[in-house]
Amino acid sequence: MKALVRAFILVFIIAFAFMFLSSRLNATQDFAGGGKTLTIYNWGDYIDPQLIKKFEQQTGIQVIYQTFDSNEAMMTKIEQGGTTFDVAVPSDYTISKMKEEHLLIPLDHSQLPNLKYISPRFMNLSFDKGNKYSVPYFWGTVGIVYNADMLGGKKITSWNDLWDKDLKNQILLVDGAREVMGLSLNSLGYSLNDTNEAHLQQAKAKLNQLTPNVKAIVGDEIKMLLANEEAAVGVVWSGDAAEIMSENNKLNYVIPKEGSNLWFDNMVIPKTAKNVKGAHAFINFMLDPKNAAQNAEYVGYSTPNEKALKLLPKDVSTDKRFYPDKATTDKLEVYDNLGKRMLAHYNELFLEFKMHHK
Amino acid sequence: MQTRYKNIYLIPYVLWIVLFVIAPILLIIYYSFFNIEGHLTFDNYIQFFTPVYLKMAASSFWYAFLIMAISLIIAYPTALLLTRTKHKQLWLLLIILPTWINLLLKAYAFLGIFGTYGPANTFLQFIGIGTKQLLFTDFSFLFVSVYIFIPFMILPIFNALEELNPSLIDASRDLGGSPWTTFRRVIFPLTLDGVKSGCQAVFIPALSLFMITRLIAGNRVITLGTAIEEHFLVTQDWGMGATIAVFLIIAMAIIMILTGKRRRG
Repeated sequence: MKALVRAFILVFIIAFAFMFLSSRLNATQDFAGGGKTLTIYNWGDYIDPQLIKKFEQQTGIQVIYQTFDSNEAMMTKIEQGGTTFDVAVPSDYTISKMKEEHLLIPLDHSQLPNLKYISPRFMNLSFDKGNKYSVPYFWGTVGIVYNADMLGGKKITSWNDLWDKDLKNQILLVDGAREVMGLSLNSLGYSLNDTNEAHLQQAKAKLNQLTPNVKAIVGDEIKMLLANEEAAVGVVWSGDAAEIMSENNKLNYVIPKEGSNLWFDNMVIPKTAKNVKGAHAFINFMLDPKNAAQNAEYVGYSTPNEKALKLLPKDVSTDKRFYPDKATTDKLEVYDNLGKRMLAHYNELFLEFKMHHK
Repeated sequence: MQTRYKNIYLIPYVLWIVLFVIAPILLIIYYSFFNIEGHLTFDNYIQFFTPVYLKMAASSFWYAFLIMAISLIIAYPTALLLTRTKHKQLWLLLIILPTWINLLLKAYAFLGIFGTYGPANTFLQFIGIGTKQLLFTDFSFLFVSVYIFIPFMILPIFNALEELNPSLIDASRDLGGSPWTTFRRVIFPLTLDGVKSGCQAVFIPALSLFMITRLIAGNRVITLGTAIEEHFLVTQDWGMGATIAVFLIIAMAIIMILTGKRRRG
């Protein structure tokens, strides 16, 4: 019995000693050693895992990959502190918010030689003039996915087509105030960044008329529901559309002719970064045309990297639905940061639309 | 000496209550007085009394009431039946079992079951009714909510029935009471406490449902819970979210007081 107790005590002591040692080692690595680990904070399933391995092999930096599912959640986490994210991938309007709150570290362009491969079309955008803080990662549009078979061969080309009486109970909307209010504003010929109260009320009234056609307003399930033909029409982001279409080839994607949203997800270095040098190395690595092409093929979204686009299969890079030409994208708008109050107002109107009964 | 020991035993309880019950409630009340720009204001409370939020509150109460009522109608006979079966514990276990599965998983399963090409519609077609839209309707919302909450209604009623002294029922029969009279005058009044706690256990969480409203009802049903989620996660208007939460807490407290056990005296 005594021997058993002694053995137990010994095991405990050794275990605690190892725990202490490993925590000391981790601590010294993070602070003194520096540059051994890199924490990346990205959307779920938004990078080719092979590329992370390749980066680790090339640089010897160990990558910790964490994910988020909304810009707001990501920003809150960085704001609250206590995290050590070195690279994050927020969307356009969130970048201007993060700039306002001083949550970003300016990029050192001399450490990003591969920046030259990004198409000038996607540089110097409204939310970050001169790309002082951000580098585009993927881009896309908001549009309509429809199942022509279920609609009896009917084609959809515009937002106003959604109000067609034949589409009764056939539309799935994505649960986003900016997206849904935006499509109504666009259908009326207004900007999707409109803040004129009369225009907003008009847009909401028009949305109420859409109610009979709306089957549901859902989140990520929209991909599954559309692929399973639960509804004929869906308002989605182009990246999701590409994913749904690869599962169900009866579906088609269209960028409505009245205009729509053009969005960018961008790599930034948040102020929580511990390994700024490693973060630059990672961003530069992802800008390498070969890597960017591999990533675009895996994720299925549109790459802003001109050289990478040339490396992609012809049927992908010439697909006007996912790589619209400059004439089309010039008509599209990027979301402006409307400020908290206006955003709350958009959400309030969206909420009223949701509560409007058939 | 004895009281000192008692005080020591109280420490974990008091710590728990203060840290995880009182402090969060005070924080919610504190946040409810700030607007989106972080200024001290009563605007949130004024805004709550606008038609949008009042309508939302009314619909939350209505749906929570329906969920509770349907659960009760199904749960009472079930509990009664359970007390009469041979393998009580086994049947009870089967009823509790689904609560071990994550809520989100169950909700996703219903997305498949109620889908246009799901088993529910296949069955409807088989019996000649034809395909119906089940998902994103009031029916599917109530069905799934009742399915999720019903164990919490059955259990307290079952316990109350178990505690009931069978000789009282025998006495009622001996004195010439019909089965219906026995139920109405003896069984039901004596199990009323079980019914009350079952109703609390269903009504209060049903009032703040949010995830199912999107997954199963496709945002066609908007409850106060949905609005709180949106204010905290999307608009970042923590003040308004907290204000709605304060109203929910008050509503719940009132329900607890009204349906609470009264001391007979």
